[in-house]
Amino acid sequence: MQLDILMIEDEPNIAEAVRFILSREGWQVDLHPDGAGGIEAIQKRRPRLVILDLMLPNRSGAEILCDLRAANDADLAATPVLMLTARGEAAQAGAQADAVLTKPFDNEDLRAMVRRMLA
Amino acid sequence: MPFESLVATCLAYVVLMFGVAYAADRAAARGHVRWLDHPLVYTLSLSVYCSAWTFYGAVGYASRSGLEFLTIYLGPTIVFTGAWWGLRRLVRVARMHHVTSVADLISARFGKSNQLAGLVTLIAVIASTPYIALQLQSVRLSFEAFATDAPNGAATDGNAFGGTGLWVAAGLALFTILFGTRNLAADERHHGVVTAIALEAIVKLLAFIALGVFVVWGLADGPLDMLDRIARASADPQVAQGWMLQPDRWTALILVSAAAILTLPRMFQVMVVEAADEERLHVAGWAFPAYLFAMSLFVLPIAVMGREMLPASANPDLYVLTLPAAAGQDLLALLVFLGGFSAATSMVVVCAIAVATMVSNHWLVPVWLALRRIPAGDETDDLRGFVLNARRLAILAVMAAGWVYHEASGGTAALAAMGLVAFTGMAQVLPAMVGGLLWRGANRKGAYAGIGTGFVLWMALLFLPSVGIGGALPVPAGTDPWTAAVMLALVLNTLAFIGVSIFGFPDPVERLQGLSFVSAVEPIRHSRMMRGNDRAEPLLAMARRVWGADAALRYFQAEARAQGKSGYLPDLTPRFLTRLERRLAGSIGSATAHAMIDRVAGGVALTVSDLLQVADEAQRAKEETQRLEAARAELVRTAGQLREANDKLTALSVQKDAFLGQISHELRTPMTSVRAFSEILKDPSLTEAERTRFAGIIHDEAGRLTRLLDDLLDLSVLESRRAQLTIGVANLHDLISRALSAASATRPERGFLIDRDLPSEHLAVITDVDRLLQVLINVISNARKYCDAVHPVLIIRVRRPEGGGAVIDIVDNGSGIDSGRQSLIFEKFARLNDPARAGGAGLGLAICREIMLNLGGEISYLPGQGGAAFRIVLPARPPAAAEEARQA
Repeated sequence: MQLDILMIEDEPNIAEAVRFILSREGWQVDLHPDGAGGIEAIQKRRPRLVILDLMLPNRSGAEILCDLRAANDADLAATPVLMLTARGEAAQAGAQADAVLTKPFDNEDLRAMVRRMLA
Repeated sequence: MPFESLVATCLAYVVLMFGVAYAADRAAARGHVRWLDHPLVYTLSLSVYCSAWTFYGAVGYASRSGLEFLTIYLGPTIVFTGAWWGLRRLVRVARMHHVTSVADLISARFGKSNQLAGLVTLIAVIASTPYIALQLQSVRLSFEAFATDAPNGAATDGNAFGGTGLWVAAGLALFTILFGTRNLAADERHHGVVTAIALEAIVKLLAFIALGVFVVWGLADGPLDMLDRIARASADPQVAQGWMLQPDRWTALILVSAAAILTLPRMFQVMVVEAADEERLHVAGWAFPAYLFAMSLFVLPIAVMGREMLPASANPDLYVLTLPAAAGQDLLALLVFLGGFSAATSMVVVCAIAVATMVSNHWLVPVWLALRRIPAGDETDDLRGFVLNARRLAILAVMAAGWVYHEASGGTAALAAMGLVAFTGMAQVLPAMVGGLLWRGANRKGAYAGIGTGFVLWMALLFLPSVGIGGALPVPAGTDPWTAAVMLALVLNTLAFIGVSIFGFPDPVERLQGLSFVSAVEPIRHSRMMRGNDRAEPLLAMARRVWGADAALRYFQAEARAQGKSGYLPDLTPRFLTRLERRLAGSIGSATAHAMIDRVAGGVALTVSDLLQVADEAQRAKEETQRLEAARAELVRTAGQLREANDKLTALSVQKDAFLGQISHELRTPMTSVRAFSEILKDPSLTEAERTRFAGIIHDEAGRLTRLLDDLLDLSVLESRRAQLTIGVANLHDLISRALSAASATRPERGFLIDRDLPSEHLAVITDVDRLLQVLINVISNARKYCDAVHPVLIIRVRRPEGGGAVIDIVDNGSGIDSGRQSLIFEKFARLNDPARAGGAGLGLAICREIMLNLGGEISYLPGQGGAAFRIVLPARPPAAAEEARQA
């Protein structure tokens, strides 16, 4: 059974909120709490969707996204990415992402966005 | 030796000299000047100093006065060895100004005054004429002594050889005109003449040394025997009286001969005018004294041997000739004869060139120019031809004067003293020359006064008595009249020169030239003139008249090319005009060249007030330049400051953007949790445990928001230095204890070993106690948060520095902070990528730094302490308190 969602987020409270919201919709959500090792986690877990925080310690979400899109494995490189950003943060960083969600977000928006992306 | 064969020998010798001079001139014309320019050739040409007077007269002198003849060699030796730097400067300055004679040098230095040059020329003419006559006489005497029969069987009375002087004078005039006035080159060098002179110098030396060797080893029995004979001769009471040393006379003689080497027209000609550059003085500095030494070595032996062997009636001045003749050494005698002939002819030729140059440049040309009033730019007027002819005429006149003088004086012994009289005459130029080179304050009036005084005294006390007019200076018994006269003339000359210079005021040209001479730097012609070249054509025409069409055109073209212009007319820049004037001065003297250029390029002659104005303008221009330079430097500085400010602003702007981004991120993060969980809480299906937990998270995140806002507010107040400080007194020990206890709430699970030195902590500090406590808590909490040692240790050390206050070091045993990040930790939001453990917004250390700055102290990171180490420095009093204390 393929993992539905891998979330890379360093703020434990935000991670807990997102996981709670999406779990209640029936998706399986795993967490990686650091920028470092983020791309390896994606490679290992092969999720259907990645939720990526932009502001991460050690390695930023934008860098992880670049690494992902540059991956040799075409399927992996095409993994859909939902980027979580604060408003005004590096707009261009979201260009490579499939969707961008600005913090703070409406829970329903998050659900709808993920639903669409996993459909 | 028969008269005819003697004449034939002389003629053959003269032909040889003509040939050498001609070959050298040809070689120079083809540009083969390397060997001609050799320093040894230059050195040998200096031997023109040893004229017939020294060649023949030295032995006579020694015979009469013992070693006193040495003074004539000692003066030049002292100048060449002791004052070589002065000689170098003289040559450098003279070359720089294209000086053509000693009169020209004086004129160029003192305001390019032609009258002054005319006066020096007058002295030179008066001093040189009898001197030339002396050379002619020596040739005639040597003929008399040497020829065994009279020409054409004429009676052997005193006038039998009377024609000799005329023929010699005529032949030398021809030689001098041929090789001395071939061209009017700007640098006035005569390779042919100099080379011939150098050859004659060798003949002179060889002849004298050959005779000396013959005397010492042929007639006497080696050097020891010779010394013995000298000792015996000096034992003769009659001789001993003449040979007695007279220190004052020696001093005066050495001084005069030292002056002569610098001022005699012929010496100045070979030493300065003919010198390609000052470098040859390196060799001449030792080689010329060596030459003089060689020339003087055998003087005394020859004199002593002559007294011994020849009858008392024999003329000691001719011992050098009669001694070998009496010993039957005809060939040696002939060699000596040629040596003497060389000495006489070389002196006459060079002296004639030098004096004729002065006469033509300072007497004939200025008078001619003044009389003709040639319009500027009149190309048909061949000045060059006139100058050359004037010089030829002057040579003939100088020769003729010498011959006439010789005939009129009847070849009496009065001539013998003329060498020294000439020396003393030219020595009158010395104070002005030396003063002009070394003293900026020397001026034309002083030079006039000095040279004029010297000239009058010399005429009255030395020259006229020597020709039988007037008597010697009446002096107290026991004083040498000659010495007294010489010293009187020189001392009064010098005093007049210095005194009048001090009280006189130099005109601008003089001041300029004075600076140039004294500092040996090139002056630029002060000129208010034009930038264009509309007056260049007339200048070219004028130069044509001096140098000839081709040479002038070539020079103008070269100058134009040097300015980067095509064609043949350069711009009349001050530099060009200066150079042109210098080159012209090399041909016609500096005074005339100055006047001519002024007339053509200046339109009208410059008056003193014009020149003063020029000097003022130059001064103003200089000040203007300095002002512009200062303004430019100011602009550069301002631009630099603006750039710096801009950089700072840009950096600030970037910082501000980054700061806002950071704040945004830091605010949104807790808000995201709060908002998400508030929404989740609305879900009725949540368990009670979930509800409690989520409400707790909301509470924590709200607190985090509040702390962040508090920190930001705190920071902005601290940064604006508007923080209200509550100054109080506290015991540092208590503060540290309170801080430790407060910070223990941070990661309470970590068991820290606290290492304190309690006694040293009991320091009273005057500061805002709460703020200091805040800093201590922050630093200790950070240590608790970040220290990664397994058995964490915190070391706290306190000391009081000189001047009061306190220094608190707080060091843990963790891995510390990498050197790359140490400079960042006090920046806002510099949280070291460890949000999980940090929990704060990354403002803590930034706030600490601001607090410490507000307290008048500082907080810094101490690298290399093993772990993270912070130093907190507290002043004796906070700044505000210090301010109040001052005001109180």
